[in-house]
Amino acid sequence: MKIIVCIKQVPDTTEVKINPTTGTLIREGVPSIINPDDKSGLEAALVLKEQQGAHVTVLSMGPPQADLALREALAMGADQAILLSDRAFGGADTWATSSTLAAAIRKLEWDLIICGRQAIDGDTAQVGPQIAEHLHIPHVSYVSELQVGEKAIEVKRKFEDGWQRLRVQFPCLITTLKEMNHARYMSMAGIYDAYRQEVKVWGLADIDIDQANIGLKGSPTRVKASYTKGTRSAGKVYEVDPREGARIIVESLKEKFII
Amino acid sequence: MDFQLSREHKLLATTLKDFAENEVRPLARETDEKEAFPVSTVEKMARFGMMGIPFPKEFSGAGGDNLGYIMAVEALSKVCGTTGVILSAHTSLCAAPIYEFGTDEQKRRFLPDLASGKKIGAFGLTEPNAGTDAAGQQTATVLSGDKYILTGSKIFITNAGYADVYIVFAMTDRSKGTRGISAFIVEKGMPGFSIGKKEEKMGIRGSSTCELVFENVEIPLTNLLGREGGGFGLAMKTLDGGRIGIGAQALGLAQGAIDETVKYVKERKQFGKTISSFQNTQFQLADMQARTDAARLLVYRAACLKDAKLPYGTEAAMAKLFASETAMAVTTMAVQLHGGYGYTREYPVERMMRDAKITEIYEGTSEVQKMVIAAAVLK
Repeated sequence: MKIIVCIKQVPDTTEVKINPTTGTLIREGVPSIINPDDKSGLEAALVLKEQQGAHVTVLSMGPPQADLALREALAMGADQAILLSDRAFGGADTWATSSTLAAAIRKLEWDLIICGRQAIDGDTAQVGPQIAEHLHIPHVSYVSELQVGEKAIEVKRKFEDGWQRLRVQFPCLITTLKEMNHARYMSMAGIYDAYRQEVKVWGLADIDIDQANIGLKGSPTRVKASYTKGTRSAGKVYEVDPREGARIIVESLKEKFII
Repeated sequence: MDFQLSREHKLLATTLKDFAENEVRPLARETDEKEAFPVSTVEKMARFGMMGIPFPKEFSGAGGDNLGYIMAVEALSKVCGTTGVILSAHTSLCAAPIYEFGTDEQKRRFLPDLASGKKIGAFGLTEPNAGTDAAGQQTATVLSGDKYILTGSKIFITNAGYADVYIVFAMTDRSKGTRGISAFIVEKGMPGFSIGKKEEKMGIRGSSTCELVFENVEIPLTNLLGREGGGFGLAMKTLDGGRIGIGAQALGLAQGAIDETVKYVKERKQFGKTISSFQNTQFQLADMQARTDAARLLVYRAACLKDAKLPYGTEAAMAKLFASETAMAVTTMAVQLHGGYGYTREYPVERMMRDAKITEIYEGTSEVQKMVIAAAVLK
């Protein structure tokens, strides 16, 4: 069985601080991580590698620095890593991103593609399903559990208010939720090996794609303006027992006529 | 000269930090208070490949290096001094001498289980009357046919009871003084080998420190480590490596105390201001960090020399001396900056201060390190 896991390198939003005077995000010095939903997808693939000898390829589109995320994936146990990196791919929206990733995937052999549900820096949840559409394969999003059979995969698709159990035939694509598992640590041996392996870098010349579908020019989405929500006041801290805490909460909600 | 960590070591640092924060920090207080050896943490460390970082893969190690290994000791010690020394004693004092001085057969027999963490290692040199003066060994063997018969006892043995493999030193020929000392690989379960009194300690309380008792323990000839009479040199070389590990433990404790203090002084308010805004706080923290960084450079240098297969004994002694004294000073300053709270168990700095003290004592006291360094300076 061959699996491709698509990952994105994102800023660790838990470490992002807000500039108190401008109200904007301070991105400097913020560590980059593998997007959490994608990391759980990778973990699911690595479990299948252990259980049934699946071959795991990680694929990422990004600037040269995204190499680090792929090294991390190798150190966790992935077999192969490919970085799609080219100036021509820059400024891509979800359409251009999924078109580019799908073009790369067409060059590879696979039975299952795993994407994280959504990236913490974009939150669109569009790229995974779009890749499946480009490739004309079925997809299931919001997967929180999976079991792999010979010809199909059985998954639990989770919603806020319920879940579905579905069976999908290979080849197919799933998008995974970070809650589905605890991603493993990079192993010590894996870390030392990660830089002894090659991360293949594919540019525009390496994939077969209509240039109208890549980069900024191939992106129908235009961001007209963006703004940061104002920071709220610090709030009040009460150190009381839970019963008293509940009473204070109810009181203040009543005060504001919320209840 | 390049003071940058390699790409591998940077990646290593991030994952070690995650592991220490998520798996070790939550247990540190309980480990100390209950004197509880962190069995489950050691199992996790094994799964993660941490028990054999500097050893080749053919012996189930991570195929890494000593710098990576001491970074692991540092990262663990930042949040829990106990966990740091368990790894240091296991790696530097047991697996390393088998790897460096063992026969091919001994490496094949013992290293894979140690490096994979299936078994834990320990080292027994100290006796009631033979600490710094290793030549005062009372533990002795007599050769009987194809076995050595080992009798005597050892004290203050780190990982005792939880370890499966012990490097034990004994007199094979008392008339030769230090040249009559030999090293043996003693295994848990050998008839006549038992664990004696457990010490109640001031710090590193989750680390098991016990007496080892040998009553006519039959040791096969194949468990002699190095040559007969070569035990003293083997012990000294092993301790050279161990000192880098203890230097790293001290370094972790110092940095851990600084990190805790930084959090505290930014929150704690006195006279209407956070205490981080007072220049006394700032100057103390500046001193603490500068000293700790200097210690880090000494410790990393010693590890890099060992990795480069260059002489490192003097550098290891300097690293251990400076890092342990830094840890003691920095943790004491951390408690002071925390004020009354720093003296309570509510904050971890008092534990770090208690843990730091031992780094000035074990694997060669500060005074022994000075003897080693002075001998090199005056050569």
